[in-house]
Amino acid sequence: MKGNEAIARAMIASGTDGYFGYPITPQSEVMETLMAEKPWETTGMVVLQAESELASINMVYGGAATGKKVATSSSSPGISLMCEGLTYIAGAEIPCVVMNAMRGGPGLGTIQPAQSDYFQSTKGGGHGDYQLYVMAPASVQEMYDFVFDAWDIAFKYRNPVLILTDGAIGQCMEKCYTRDYIPRWTEEERRQHAPWGCWGKPATRDHNIITSLELESSRQEVFNQKLQKKYAQMKEEDVRYEMLNCEDADYVFVAYGTSSRICMKSMELARAKGLKVGLLRPITLFPFPTKQVAELAKKVKGMLCVEMSAGQMIEDVKLAANCQIPIEHYGRFGGIIPTPEEVLEALEEKIIK
Amino acid sequence: MANDIVKPENLVYTKTKVLTDNVMHYCPGCGHGTAHRIIAEVIDEMGIQDKTIGVSPVGCSVMAYNYFDVDFEEAAHGRAPAVATAIKRLNPDSYVFTYQGDGDLAAIGTAETVHAANRGENIVMVFINNGIYGMTGGQMAPTTLVGMKSATTPYGRNVALNGYPLRITEMLATLPGTYYVTRQSVHTPANVRKAKAAIRKAFENQRDKKGLSFVEIVSSCNSGWKMTPVQANKWMEENMFPNYPLGDIKVDGKIAEGITADRLVVSAPLTVVNK
Amino acid sequence: MTEEIIIAGFGGQGVLSMGKILAYSGVMEDKEVCWMPSYGPEQRGGTANVTVIVSDERICSPIISKYDTAIVLNQQSLDKFEKSVKPGGLLIYDPNGITKEPTRKDINIYKIAATEKAQEMGISKVFNMVVLGGFLKLKPIVGSEFIHKGLEKSLPERHHNLIPQNEEAIELGKGLIEAVQVL
Repeated sequence: MKGNEAIARAMIASGTDGYFGYPITPQSEVMETLMAEKPWETTGMVVLQAESELASINMVYGGAATGKKVATSSSSPGISLMCEGLTYIAGAEIPCVVMNAMRGGPGLGTIQPAQSDYFQSTKGGGHGDYQLYVMAPASVQEMYDFVFDAWDIAFKYRNPVLILTDGAIGQCMEKCYTRDYIPRWTEEERRQHAPWGCWGKPATRDHNIITSLELESSRQEVFNQKLQKKYAQMKEEDVRYEMLNCEDADYVFVAYGTSSRICMKSMELARAKGLKVGLLRPITLFPFPTKQVAELAKKVKGMLCVEMSAGQMIEDVKLAANCQIPIEHYGRFGGIIPTPEEVLEALEEKIIK
Repeated sequence: MANDIVKPENLVYTKTKVLTDNVMHYCPGCGHGTAHRIIAEVIDEMGIQDKTIGVSPVGCSVMAYNYFDVDFEEAAHGRAPAVATAIKRLNPDSYVFTYQGDGDLAAIGTAETVHAANRGENIVMVFINNGIYGMTGGQMAPTTLVGMKSATTPYGRNVALNGYPLRITEMLATLPGTYYVTRQSVHTPANVRKAKAAIRKAFENQRDKKGLSFVEIVSSCNSGWKMTPVQANKWMEENMFPNYPLGDIKVDGKIAEGITADRLVVSAPLTVVNK
Repeated sequence: MTEEIIIAGFGGQGVLSMGKILAYSGVMEDKEVCWMPSYGPEQRGGTANVTVIVSDERICSPIISKYDTAIVLNQQSLDKFEKSVKPGGLLIYDPNGITKEPTRKDINIYKIAATEKAQEMGISKVFNMVVLGGFLKLKPIVGSEFIHKGLEKSLPERHHNLIPQNEEAIELGKGLIEAVQVL
């Protein structure tokens, strides 16, 4: 199954209530798969092609505010348009799932894969002090599985979850174990999971209001403190990462998504040459595995951050490592994917020397 | 004396329970309060308070959710029709309405408005047109009349510079997805009754799954227009109504009687105002 | 066992579907697989290529620059990918339209006249299966019963009546492939 198809099938299987999207390469197959599958005839899931990404993210806002599981997907330029909606959704504390299949920028850029939206994904994108929970799958299987995990996180924190991937994983076909269908929530379950939702005010409760507006600054500050507490809890409870061959490593790659797959190969090549190289793969980019980087920095001689960007995640790695060891960036961008050989060369030139 | 009057048998009118007891922040003379009231009364009379979900815009009525005692979402500027689309699609048994001003609906949210209408979303859209951006301090709106002064057209709206007033209601009537399109006002008791009947019809259309009902309410903004409420109403009758004629434009999916192609498509000549 | 393969040719030659059938067959044999096409404007006419990796272990990078096997079906692809074959690796090409023969001395080279044969037999739609057969003769990385299952999985049900024809083409390819240079 292709990565994009995995996202679509996982949405259906995880009991998603609605998907609202707008076509953009390289992820249009998500909506194409959904439209071909016609889940409205089987699970009752609503699928709608919107007139723009502005409309699709606001449809997500509208539908998700009724306490239903609503998702969308897009690629970099479309996500830029969605940033308005995302800050409203974060500000109104609405759970939802958004997938970004990153492509090279800036502007229209290229449709080839890139990882240059790390800043946009983890440091804002839209305005205001908000965070998305950002997951970076590195395989088709993870594309599938993370949709299920994303719903748990989204409702645990009442926060949007971003699945940050790129065209390479979206287009790539790999073996994927599917799961049994989790039925969409019944009316009772929806009310139980989302007592805050706009699903029609019964006489027994006050009306529910979904808004991100608070004109009284003192109350807005209290609200912001509440958000910060939530983000701190994410850092405490829901950091995810993978470490490969780090126990005896002298040097480690730090890379996520497609880059981490390439680094796995580079690591294999390095080990074949007798170099003790490991890989730290952040799975959540926010919350970032800061403690794990800090721990590793005490043991290894250097780290190479490999990203398909000009170097964005490296800032978080450096902050975590706190100047203990040399940390360098190696990246290709504009839609170019580095080869495992050149990554290993970069490690030898920049770190091992 | 006053206490003598307060007796159940003397009671001839009460505020509908679908409005909260919160004091409205709208300026005296503004049409929002009346428009809110008649919508709330319709919801009450139809017995659909527990099924209604409202969507408020960005503009003066951004906090409409404080006044309607129904579940309410506050949308980003212009996006209410997209928000309402998803609410209705995911909750087909609910009654969904948007409440938007002219800047929100006909400028920044034009795409969302046109496409929701074109898809024939089974919702009610209420459009308050006062020809100005009220909340931000009286700047030009898409519906500002030619020659009309505003904070950003201090010498009057100039077509060469600012283009034409947008008659989006007529435009929407030409789309196959709209079922009911009407223009009303709430500045006299007679008009309030007509406007309420229009809103009732719009909600009934939604109940009967007919498609999109669009109710424009031409309103005054005496603060923004820099007039007294009475002057503003008079000015509205003399200047707004010739450009935004009241009455039904499309009923039961068909263009209403007396509405000419010229009015809908070619656009009847606009009058130039002096204010 | 890990086999890293690039298949390249003109759009319309069935490059992507050949890769897909190989990948699905691998899945049927419970191997790890990865199928990674070139995408974008490249896929509108012109050349098409796909990387297929079949392995007994977790697959590292889906994007690689050196291959165990390159299967090239036109001159551009031969020019582009001959140099990407690992030393000691395998290059398979169809001589149809080839004006510059491969020159490397450190790899195994085979040719398969699949275009000519398929035209001759009026089965040009399964030309790609002839090529696949040639490859499987040299590297039987997937068992033939799993190729059958792979065909079932990757072909839409309405085309399942064509499976025997595809399998015959694979068998045909096995007999058609000939060595040019063997290390």
